[in-house]
Amino acid sequence: MDKTWNNKAWFLVLPVLVLVAFSAVIPLMTVVNYSVQDTFGNNVFFWAGTEWFEELLHSNRFWEAMVRNLIFSFIILAIEVPLGIFIALNMPKKGWGVPVCLVLMALPLLVPWNVVGTIWQVFGRNDIGLLGYYINALGIDYNYVQDPFDAWVTVIVMDVWHWTSLVVLLCYAGLVSIPDAFYQAAKIDGASRWAVFRYIQLPKMQRVLLIAVLLRFMDSFMIYTEPFVVTGGGPGNSTTFLSIDLVKTALGQFDLGPAAAMSLVYFLIILLLSWVFYTVMTNYDAER
Amino acid sequence: MARIDVNHIRHSYLPNPRKDSDFALKEVHHTFEDGGAYALLGPSGCGKTTLLNIISGLLHPSHGQLLFNGRDITNLSTQERNIAQVFQFPVIYDTMTVYDNLAFPLRNRRVPEADVDRKVRETLDMIDLAGLAKKKARGLTADQKQKISLGRGLVRSDVNAILFDEPLTVIDPHMKWVLRSQLKQLHRRFAYTMVYVTHDQTEALTFADRVVVMYDGEIVQIGTPAELFERPRHTFVGYFIGSPGMNVLPVALEGRTAKFGALRIELPGVPKAEAGAVELGIRPEYVRLGREGMAVQVSKVEDVGRHKVVRANLEGREIAAVIGEDDEVPAEPKVRFDPAGINIYADSWRVEMGA
Repeated sequence: MDKTWNNKAWFLVLPVLVLVAFSAVIPLMTVVNYSVQDTFGNNVFFWAGTEWFEELLHSNRFWEAMVRNLIFSFIILAIEVPLGIFIALNMPKKGWGVPVCLVLMALPLLVPWNVVGTIWQVFGRNDIGLLGYYINALGIDYNYVQDPFDAWVTVIVMDVWHWTSLVVLLCYAGLVSIPDAFYQAAKIDGASRWAVFRYIQLPKMQRVLLIAVLLRFMDSFMIYTEPFVVTGGGPGNSTTFLSIDLVKTALGQFDLGPAAAMSLVYFLIILLLSWVFYTVMTNYDAER
Repeated sequence: MARIDVNHIRHSYLPNPRKDSDFALKEVHHTFEDGGAYALLGPSGCGKTTLLNIISGLLHPSHGQLLFNGRDITNLSTQERNIAQVFQFPVIYDTMTVYDNLAFPLRNRRVPEADVDRKVRETLDMIDLAGLAKKKARGLTADQKQKISLGRGLVRSDVNAILFDEPLTVIDPHMKWVLRSQLKQLHRRFAYTMVYVTHDQTEALTFADRVVVMYDGEIVQIGTPAELFERPRHTFVGYFIGSPGMNVLPVALEGRTAKFGALRIELPGVPKAEAGAVELGIRPEYVRLGREGMAVQVSKVEDVGRHKVVRANLEGREIAAVIGEDDEVPAEPKVRFDPAGINIYADSWRVEMGA
């Protein structure tokens, strides 16, 4: 037992500890505190126990928002991942086209969320919006303010416009790392275009694709700003996702208890999904 | 199997080549006979890989034609040429097993599964990977991976030719030797047309019946290993083949003698040299070190195992001589050139000698 104990190390870790405490632990604990109490204002709190959690888990509103959110994430992934791969495969590998494509692809990613929302909010309006006006002029009845289906289409198209680039850039990075010899060998082996994709390109993109799917799932599951700006969660509740519902509860109605309970459940879901993705990815690494 | 005619082929990687130096392949005109084992030997950047890729169709030549068995295939794609090629660095399909990797070229060509199985098992035995057949290819070591690449080249028996692009670079020396003799054996058994690119003379000389030496985009000599050794057509071949390379001395001719500075060297015949820079080439193996001949100062003796290499100074020029392992360097060393090993070069190209 000649291990040296040196407690000075704690002083070195302390600043980070304080930082994390103030930025994450204390706010989280405040939320935990709210979630088990009730208040009628004036800073008077009553013990409520698990009441808010029970109410939340039996509330249709919560489950509807959850289902909407899952459907939204699923549609987003189903469109953005294949589309991203397709665009990455067709991007030039050398020449002047490379920087042009990369800049074009990066542009939507540089636009702030609420600006994206505003752009599409205006773009889709059927009185002054370029898109909305001409779609209606073509004889298609399009109005995202009144029609839930149109609202969904608008929000999804907006997200695809905003985020497909991320998938494209990640896949492109995977693709350019494949040495030419692989394509040459595939030609010698008589591989079809599909076989080249299936056995050379897809395996090389596997890692970046996992990251892309993880990021896009997280982001779309937490989506708030853009649909809030475009539809405000409507018409009705048709585009009210979890985060929008949460903000309505917490700030709109100022129901601190239920909102806190909801935040915690939301937080746990995201934590759980992150863990699942992390496990899948590290297992994949271990297998290599 | 096919006879391959390389018909006045020139290739440049530039879109608008003008000067001769713009061409990676200046002009190659050569026939690879059906069933021959050829080595393309030359330093890096001499155009040997370019020539190989033109034969396999990965590159389209700027000028010239390529014929398989007399049929012009210059414009056919790689797939249509039915060629096998093994690359310098291992190319494997990560997600497949070793077995599926070898089956891949056959399945792509819709070979019946029973034949696939037979061919793959044969090949697995040949490259000694039968025990790993069911393993995923990505977990293997570099030389196992390269064996898979090699195996994918050998698995099809109906190919027109098998091309190797320095395939043993990543393999360790012992395994290199084993694989090379297996390739040689395979060639004897099935009489494949094989073209083997390398910059390693030992590899070229042990593998091939005929060695094609390339230098700066051109073929400088084609011959058997013995011809390349005894009668190098170009001083480059003399330098490049042999260890150490040929001694080359600038000389002036005078009938049957060559004058090197104040020294006079007897020649086996009268060289038919016209004007130009004349050089005398002699391999270290033909330089006799003893007590008679031309005086030299020995600067270094390298013992390389089976023999010793003596580095000496002859009239201000560094020359090398090979002596036996047990031979000693005499106190006042002198050298004599064995006439059998003397070649005369005019402007770097060998000239014949008359009686």
